[in-house]
Amino acid sequence: MAQSTPSARPSQLFRNLNSKIASIPMIFVALVIFLGGSVWTVVYSFTNSRLLPRTNFVGLDQYERLWASARWIVSIQNLAIYGILSLIFSLVVGFVLAALMDQKIRFENVFRSIFLYPFALSFIVTGLVWQWILNPEFGIQAIVRSLGWETFEFNPVYDPDIVIYGILIAGLWQGTGLVMCLMLAGLRGIDEDIWKASRVDGIPMWRTYIFIVIPMMRPVFVTTLVIIGAGIVKLYDLVVAQTSGGPGNSSEVPAKYVYDYMFQAQNLGQGFAASTMMLLTVAIIIIPWAYLEFGGRKRG
Amino acid sequence: MADVSTLKTVAAGSGAAANRLSAGPRGRKPKRVLSRRNIMLYGILGLAALYYLLPLYVMVVTSLKGMPEIRLGNIFSPPVEITFEPWVKAWAEACTGLNCDGLSRGFWNSVKIMIPSVVVSIFVASVTGYSLANWRFKGSELFFSILIIGAFIPYQVMIYPIVIVLRELGIYGTLTGLIIVHTIFGMPILTLLFRNYFASLPEELFKAARIDGAGFWQIYGRIMLPMSLPIFVVAMILQVTGIWNDFLFGVVFTRPDTYPMTVQLNNIVNSVQGVKEYNVNMAATLLTGAVPLIVYFLSGRLFVRGIAAGAVKG
Repeated sequence: MAQSTPSARPSQLFRNLNSKIASIPMIFVALVIFLGGSVWTVVYSFTNSRLLPRTNFVGLDQYERLWASARWIVSIQNLAIYGILSLIFSLVVGFVLAALMDQKIRFENVFRSIFLYPFALSFIVTGLVWQWILNPEFGIQAIVRSLGWETFEFNPVYDPDIVIYGILIAGLWQGTGLVMCLMLAGLRGIDEDIWKASRVDGIPMWRTYIFIVIPMMRPVFVTTLVIIGAGIVKLYDLVVAQTSGGPGNSSEVPAKYVYDYMFQAQNLGQGFAASTMMLLTVAIIIIPWAYLEFGGRKRG
Repeated sequence: MADVSTLKTVAAGSGAAANRLSAGPRGRKPKRVLSRRNIMLYGILGLAALYYLLPLYVMVVTSLKGMPEIRLGNIFSPPVEITFEPWVKAWAEACTGLNCDGLSRGFWNSVKIMIPSVVVSIFVASVTGYSLANWRFKGSELFFSILIIGAFIPYQVMIYPIVIVLRELGIYGTLTGLIIVHTIFGMPILTLLFRNYFASLPEELFKAARIDGAGFWQIYGRIMLPMSLPIFVVAMILQVTGIWNDFLFGVVFTRPDTYPMTVQLNNIVNSVQGVKEYNVNMAATLLTGAVPLIVYFLSGRLFVRGIAAGAVKG
């Protein structure tokens, strides 16, 4: 429609003017906020800004301080544990649930509604509920003990060694429904003839899943991986609600580090450096994916 | 589809029907309803469903108990004496800091934030999606790509520059500022949603309207808008739940007296002073979760469609 025809139109700039005007918000958001904001943060991460951003460049000082900070190390470790486990579990659980849902079961809609409803809830609600369920005095630990196992220890709210696993349980509860839904959509996209062929050949169902269906669902897996991955890096509200980063700083995560340094500790430089590290992490996840996704499309 | 279901012999009912229809015992023996496979299948699904439902059950049960009962029993036991006092207290009396007017303030703040944010963000994104789908200009796809990639950038990276921009404009901490923030961050996914939807509409319609002399806004208002109500509903579901559940922007871009419900909820439950009233906390949590839950259960398949649209990049 808007293909420029070599005609006697006065100026290229005013072609499609309304559309350009309507796109001003998008251009503003893309260039100023997303691109500009990110570049700004990266640039200012090399300064020693404290209460206000200043252009006093100090090289990599902030990063050296960041990586020397015990709290940041704990944050990174927590994010790594949470990230890896939540990737594995949500993919496995999500896929298994989707495969079960794909067996032409009855009440499919009921099951789907049940598996997906936590996703509609906020991380704050999720965190607070699990804080209560995992409460050592009244929750799971107390119940198992009252059943007779007196020495049962499971206290992922106040035990610094396992606190991140408590957050993982809550995070999985909230997020696996989404993975299940994506996987189910992927499974429904598999040609029924594949199933017929594998039945004719007498291949057991689990082998068909592992060797035929899963490789065919590669794009779905990749997309899911990227969605979960980008979500993991943003992990913040859940931790704030469930543990507030405690006990001590044993359940800190990078996003919380950034927020605390920017808005509470009045140490902007640290906040910028930490958020640049987050950006770097996301870039490591996104760039290969974008390359595969969009580079592949041109060939196909 | 039907022959496949008998092939896989899942639906026992249809198998039995097929048997009745055919005169002789042809084909395989129909499976019973309580086959080992079915027991496994529904057993696992049932257990998983139980795990997902448990927290909701615990919330409801706890919020209906009195504190003495909570201290004595366990969290799973149903309430002996049902009391709605925690709900009243959570709504009207729970304290955050010096304010003791309950969650109701947060609720109304959230409503005040949500309604204009949803309207503005959907309007901006739908117009953007429309111009991307039907009125492409040089560079429009490039900006769109940046927008989509930007959706993956952690908010923490962009939050401070936005604070500065809003401060310069003099709207930091106001409702207008927060609406702008929600519009910005809702933009990638919503624009994608609308762009793909408008692109899927028959192009002849658009061409016919152009020949009849309709302009940009006329085609948007008279043709695109009436034809795409379902996608507007999907976008609304996405935004209502998303904005209602937001915590980070609420904390950064509002002041304590205009905190949205999620922030106030967190402050009530995680406050260090006073005796912990678990029943009030759970009632407050349920109240905060109620709005997205109602939206979710009312919208059903459209909700799934919304998140699927967000997942499939086009």
